[in-house]
Amino acid sequence: MTRDWHRLDPRMLVVGPVKNLLQLLPFALVVLLTGRSGDLTQVWMALGGAAVVVLAGVLRWRTTRYRITDERVELHTGLLRRERRSVPRDRIRTVDLTASPLHRVFGLSVVRVGSASGASALDRSAQLDLDAVRTGEAERLRRVLLDRASVGTTPEERPGVEIARLDWRWLRFAPLTFSSLAGIGAVAGAAINLLFEAGVDPRDIGVVDDAARRVAAAPLWVGIGLAGVLVLVVAVIGSTALFAERWSGYRLTREADGSLRVRHGLLTTRSLSVSDERLRGTEVTEPLLLRAGRGAQVRALSTGLREGGSGAIAPPAPRAQAHRVAAAALHADPADVTLTALRRHPRAARRRRFTRAALPAAALVVAAWVIDLRLGVPVGFASLLLLPLAAWLAVDRYGGLGHALTARHLVTRIGGLRRRTVALQRDGVIGWTFRQSVFQRRAGVVTAQAVTAAGRGGYVVLDVAADDAVALADAVTPTLLTPFLPAERHSGPADRHPSGAGARPVG
Amino acid sequence: MHPDVAAAPVLELPLRPPAHRVDRRAVTWWRLRATAGLLVPVVAECVLLVVFGATWTVALLVVTVVVGAAYAVVVPPWLYGISRWEVTDRAVYTLHGWLVREWRIAPISRVQTVDTQRGPLQQLLGLTDVTVTTASARGAVRIRGLAADDAAELARVLTRTTQATPGDAT
Repeated sequence: MTRDWHRLDPRMLVVGPVKNLLQLLPFALVVLLTGRSGDLTQVWMALGGAAVVVLAGVLRWRTTRYRITDERVELHTGLLRRERRSVPRDRIRTVDLTASPLHRVFGLSVVRVGSASGASALDRSAQLDLDAVRTGEAERLRRVLLDRASVGTTPEERPGVEIARLDWRWLRFAPLTFSSLAGIGAVAGAAINLLFEAGVDPRDIGVVDDAARRVAAAPLWVGIGLAGVLVLVVAVIGSTALFAERWSGYRLTREADGSLRVRHGLLTTRSLSVSDERLRGTEVTEPLLLRAGRGAQVRALSTGLREGGSGAIAPPAPRAQAHRVAAAALHADPADVTLTALRRHPRAARRRRFTRAALPAAALVVAAWVIDLRLGVPVGFASLLLLPLAAWLAVDRYGGLGHALTARHLVTRIGGLRRRTVALQRDGVIGWTFRQSVFQRRAGVVTAQAVTAAGRGGYVVLDVAADDAVALADAVTPTLLTPFLPAERHSGPADRHPSGAGARPVG
Repeated sequence: MHPDVAAAPVLELPLRPPAHRVDRRAVTWWRLRATAGLLVPVVAECVLLVVFGATWTVALLVVTVVVGAAYAVVVPPWLYGISRWEVTDRAVYTLHGWLVREWRIAPISRVQTVDTQRGPLQQLLGLTDVTVTTASARGAVRIRGLAADDAAELARVLTRTTQATPGDAT
């Protein structure tokens, strides 16, 4: 192995076109099925399309080269539109290995290198995909890239220390995750779409048609109830299946080089490695349903991980387990990070939660009464239920609100429908934003946002007392705010936010 | 706990405002921008007026023009009074906004790029925005409405300072 240019694995000559053909399959089916019998044009069109796809695959393989030097990872692709990607190796934060079933049949894996982006954090060039190399080679690249080892060497494979592994009892959390429900919607939508494209009307299928007739004959509430039960059953089955596919074989380990590695997947196997020195924090997420089931999810916050799914380091799991994983990833005790005692926010924050929940609810109630009285649709009294619901949401949102400063982390919790507890390394904070609306100004609160390169890019401490916000920021980034503090506060705001001693309520 | 803090609750953010105001011409710029923004609804409502010709379309047009004009008269000077910026050898610090005020602080050591932008109206008035980007997707600090020369000088100084500071801070 040298610093020369390499091609992707030659087996991609098969995998690439096959993958594309599979994607084109529905289209090809439509073309073939809608064709009149004896008309060969359709067949020729399908064959022509296939030939183009195969040719594109060959061209892609021929024109793609990659090289790993001691300083950079470089990837050149494309014939007509040449693309050159280059990632400095000291900017590599994560390495992601993915193998779809098709890749696995051929013993291949996709290597995705996540890096700290340059000017714009949303730039696509922050990522670089090698699709695909031999699985063994992918594994070796993972170690080389994260270890910053010299290219020629093969870092010795040493076993990692296990932090967590899958417990199949966690499957009970599967139906409680919204993302899975959304996935079911997508699957159902795709299936129906496919049926229609293939020219099959579901009503032509005898069983479906028969059932539809019976339901249509029954009262309306039976129909609605049946539809609800049907959706629920599909959602439960689907989300359980998705959970099993995604999280089967889950293992979280601390590798010998210090990086955090999470492996999972039944059909498509995935392995995500996060460089330890670039891990900026962890986030425990509790969507309402999951919270009701006493479960939570954990994500790693690191540059190179984009928003949207990536970065999960544990499946939906019992809350205590989630906090344990979140802490272990940060080499900390749960009581020092996401489970630390949080400072409550001022009463004004609670008042604001009530106003913000009540106003939209009140508007809806008024609208409902207008409809009720003008149009005679009896929704007025039913809409009154929105008011206690809004109050409950407000109480719940305020109940979750809090922040704390521990020895090494800034911990902040926010949200009700989707509660998030974030433990962010103090060192990872690279700036502050304070926002104060007219209403917040009257209530004496501000929203402080700790700016960081990792994860979402900024984490808010919502509706905190104005002076507490500045004291907090000053304690996290000690010298940054000093010149901008009013003279009398120079004496030391640190005593308001005890650093290192955990969160002691002040006052 | 500080006795002065305990005595009277602090309503405003206890940070002193940044040292410098933006260029005076920014008021004109914001006025022109507000007026230009007003044109879209006004044109749309004129069409309504021609099509329907009813009283409510006239009322709508009058209200829009009055509100828009009031905004263009009142808000830009107000915004000018609030908008401030400051660059020390360690940090970039800005304050902007009238209904929602926003203070942004970024350490010089974490700055990755310094850009300048000039929209068409700004070119007309000789104004420039300076945007300082850090490694964060949310951390960009924008100084709006500087005189073109000042902006160029500031960008030059910032670029030199950040080049002298090693590390990418991610």
